Amino acid sequence: MNRLGFVAPPIIVGLCFLAIWEGGVRLFDIQEFLLPKPTSILSALRSEWAGEIGAGRLTNLREAGFETGKVAVIGLIVGVVVGSLLALATTRFRLLRESFTPLAVVANATPIVALAPIFNAWFGITGATSNVAVVIVVVFFPVFINVARGLTEVHPNQLELMRSYAASPTTVLREVRIPNALPFFATSLRLAAPLSVIAAIVAEYFGGPTNRLGPVITQNASFARYDNAWAAIVVASALGLVLFGLALLIERAIVPSGRPIEID
Amino acid sequence: MTAVQISGAGMTFNPGSDNAVRALDDIDLTIGHGEFVSLIGPSGCGKSTLLRLVGDLITPTTGSIEVFGKSAEQARLDRDYGMAFQQAGLFDWRKVAANIELPLELIGWSRSDRSARSKEMLELVKLDDFGDHYPWQLSGGMQQRVAIARSLAFSPRLLLMDEPFGALDEMTREHMQSELLRIHAKTATTVVFVTHSISEAAYLSNRVVVLSPRPGQIHSIIDVDLGERSDAIRETPAFFAKTTEVREALRAVEASA
Repeated sequence: MNRLGFVAPPIIVGLCFLAIWEGGVRLFDIQEFLLPKPTSILSALRSEWAGEIGAGRLTNLREAGFETGKVAVIGLIVGVVVGSLLALATTRFRLLRESFTPLAVVANATPIVALAPIFNAWFGITGATSNVAVVIVVVFFPVFINVARGLTEVHPNQLELMRSYAASPTTVLREVRIPNALPFFATSLRLAAPLSVIAAIVAEYFGGPTNRLGPVITQNASFARYDNAWAAIVVASALGLVLFGLALLIERAIVPSGRPIEID
Repeated sequence: MTAVQISGAGMTFNPGSDNAVRALDDIDLTIGHGEFVSLIGPSGCGKSTLLRLVGDLITPTTGSIEVFGKSAEQARLDRDYGMAFQQAGLFDWRKVAANIELPLELIGWSRSDRSARSKEMLELVKLDDFGDHYPWQLSGGMQQRVAIARSLAFSPRLLLMDEPFGALDEMTREHMQSELLRIHAKTATTVVFVTHSISEAAYLSNRVVVLSPRPGQIHSIIDVDLGERSDAIRETPAFFAKTTEVREALRAVEASA
């Protein structure tokens, strides 16, 4: 199948979905505060994209999207780096592996965003530090757990082979464990990239600077400007998609791909 | 001259605990230079364990193992071993040639020497055109040939193979056996070969060591003197007689267990 063949079906389905949405809202005369029409959201997106704040306006979507994006990206990078480094440390130090890893697995299963109000108390409610901290913690666990698995789940034969080569632990780490962990790392990036946007926005609901997507959504919703709130949600979705796309690009660069050859 | 000298070797896993397992007991075995010796026995008889003891992947709880007149550990540190397992165990992130070159890289060969050698090895296993592919692009049989090429890359003095053809279909398997014998004849490497196939053991080996289980002990050693091997031998009465001898030894082992 060619490129167009891959891209066309979801685009067509997406456009149909938007058309049904638009038609449905018009046909059943649904109130805008329940569900605005896609065209209303689009026009809100246009008018609020670069609007002046003040003068009856709550929103500058470009600025809000950029600032929230910054929180998500900084948190994502720090979370990924710290998670990966700590995963490396656990393969090196058995005590750390046996004590910390089970805790991380448990922590990963808990809704960490719930900590956002607590982080406000720790890092202050006016700056973005506590928002970034929430993103870091949310991103950290899936990255740590996946990378740690990739570093440790090496086929026993491969370790035996390296032993038969009289390879040092450092060599095993460099030649086997780290390359083995790369696909796991890529998977964790794919998980973490959209998570970072979710975490940033939820954190912003609870505090931090107000020129961000989170407050823009809550404030517009409380003033019944649902078209604006939806426009902000569209920007947030776009942000998540961009980061997810970046994660896919990185995966492509670090994990070899190709097809099996048909020969025997 | 002696390649491997196993004296009173025993192996107990988790010694002293409730789930202690006596895998091997009092093994004495001498393997000569250039000899091809197979280890065969019912599952759980410790044949893989014995192979791992020789390769210093694990350390015996009793007895001693000498390889080329030194300790097994020293032989490992001197990189006297080539190893191949039932699973090819190739590194997915390295292309086929780079997989074969890995041990050479670790020894510190130059890039040009490495690529010359991997080319030579790929010819040996008849995969000349596949050096630039990733392992997972190849079929199981081809991957296994790469693994064997890798195990031979630095001309190890002792080749340790743990059911290397176990996952292959019958035709590929017989083909690989002939390849291995050809390589063995050419390189004069000593081979210790774990298998659960009676015909494979009889076809490949100078001697077949039959092990009995729990704890693994040597039940009998069968000399196989079939002269020059070729596929035609598989259909001779002499070969049939040898497989029968091995089969009867295995039956006796099972009956006593």
